[in-house]
Amino acid sequence: MLFDFESMRTVTQVFMFLLAGLSLATVIGWALSLKNKQKDYTELKQRINSWWIMIGIFGLALLMGPLVTVLLFAMLSFIALKEYFSMTPTRLVDRKVLFWAYLTIPLQYYWIATGWYGMFIIFIPVYAFLFIPFRMVLAGDTKNYLRAVGNIHWGLMLTVFTLSHLAYLVMLPSEGEYQSLTMSGDGAALLLYLVMLTQLNDVAQYVWGKLMGTTPIAPTISPNKTREGLIGGVITTGVLAMILAVLLTPMIWWQGLLVGLGIGIAGFIGDVSLSAIKRDIGIKDSGQLIPGHGGILDRLDSLTFTAPLFFHVMRYFYF
Amino acid sequence: MMKYINLALRWLFFALIIKPIVKIVIGLRYQNTPILPQDGPALLIANHNSHLDTMVLISLLPLKILHKVQPVAAADYFLKNKFMAWFALNIIGILPIERQGKDKSVDPVGQCAEALNKGKILIFFPEGSRGEPEKMTDLKYGMVKLAEKCPKVPIYPVYMHGLGKTLPKGDALFVPFFCDVVFSEPMTYENSQESFYGEVKKRFADMQGSVKLPKWD
Repeated sequence: MLFDFESMRTVTQVFMFLLAGLSLATVIGWALSLKNKQKDYTELKQRINSWWIMIGIFGLALLMGPLVTVLLFAMLSFIALKEYFSMTPTRLVDRKVLFWAYLTIPLQYYWIATGWYGMFIIFIPVYAFLFIPFRMVLAGDTKNYLRAVGNIHWGLMLTVFTLSHLAYLVMLPSEGEYQSLTMSGDGAALLLYLVMLTQLNDVAQYVWGKLMGTTPIAPTISPNKTREGLIGGVITTGVLAMILAVLLTPMIWWQGLLVGLGIGIAGFIGDVSLSAIKRDIGIKDSGQLIPGHGGILDRLDSLTFTAPLFFHVMRYFYF
Repeated sequence: MMKYINLALRWLFFALIIKPIVKIVIGLRYQNTPILPQDGPALLIANHNSHLDTMVLISLLPLKILHKVQPVAAADYFLKNKFMAWFALNIIGILPIERQGKDKSVDPVGQCAEALNKGKILIFFPEGSRGEPEKMTDLKYGMVKLAEKCPKVPIYPVYMHGLGKTLPKGDALFVPFFCDVVFSEPMTYENSQESFYGEVKKRFADMQGSVKLPKWD
């Protein structure tokens, strides 16, 4: 057996609920396309199909233990950084610097797999922050220097540093012991809690916005985002977080509610901030890796904000 | 016997090394639905910025027709030494042509036409050499002459963006970027050389225009 069913019991149970919910969404998708045949539901169906694949990969990784989960997130960081470098302007002279930027990924996830918290938390903001400009100065080209160095730093923070917090969640020790790499403990439950709530928050904000959204909240960045969608989504997420907190986290109900509201708001900000980048560059999606969703950054944007915040709240209060 | 060993090595090289690198480390993004030949003879023409261009184009095609695929390449460059010649001829499977230059006795277009008549799928870079990263240079007339010689062979234009960043000319460091691929309807030679040349040029300009991502600063 790859996993300890006892410690993963709640994770597996919540996962079953998730799969049931997704099955329901799939059935509704079918019903909709059968009912009004003239409307095109291709995108909705693509989206739901992609959810099956994403949830499947995520669930398998969780069950196979922390090492596999860490490797999965290292891979996601790599694809996200590649997507980022492919969509933003980079300089030919910085090719070597970009190569070093990619190399931070195996290192950062190595610190995580060995549970070296001190290094994990300063590696990108201190060492990579100092090394990148050093390597760029060696190249000697000052044209667009500030833009290039800022671009690389922002990319590393966004796709490596913040996302790696998700992987560190799974390494959080159970009851003060060292977390083994082969058996999941409480960290897996926290990771499921955060990822599930952040993604459901995106969906909830979208659905509430579609149902009753009227007042644009960030018209210059994301014209489709509305105040009603935001409020509806945040409350939905808060309530779900309150219920799930008891099952998956050390929190009691009102703490779960507060954290859920925070996830709702932070997720929204993460989403909008990536939208601002895309609007600046003049593209709609960051890529097309995930049919119906866009690129990997389009799916992970909210998590880049919720992951570090949630991680530090958990660590400060409970671990 | 040796021929089959080389064929098997070629198949393994593409199935186990090149395809995974192209699909996972680089990553392809199709800008429209792929339009590709399913069998020979066919001529794939593409812009040329990197050695990776050939690898990506071969990876686009199904492995079961790999034995028919031949990238057209300069003999003087790829047959320089013994190992490289073996590798280029047997593993990459190039069709070596002599660059014409002053010597009028060689007939590169004829060599290509012969391969097409045998049902091969040729990969052809009308720009000639790789040139500056991520910039297209003027197309040469060789492609038009070849098309005129084989008017029945379908020609598939493909545009790739990003490989000049991943592995530009004159640099050995591999830095991954997504490769955006644009396809275009197959064409065949018609009317005159000039009008066909113009048509091909227009296709490439259109495909290039549909990729809105940044080139190099």
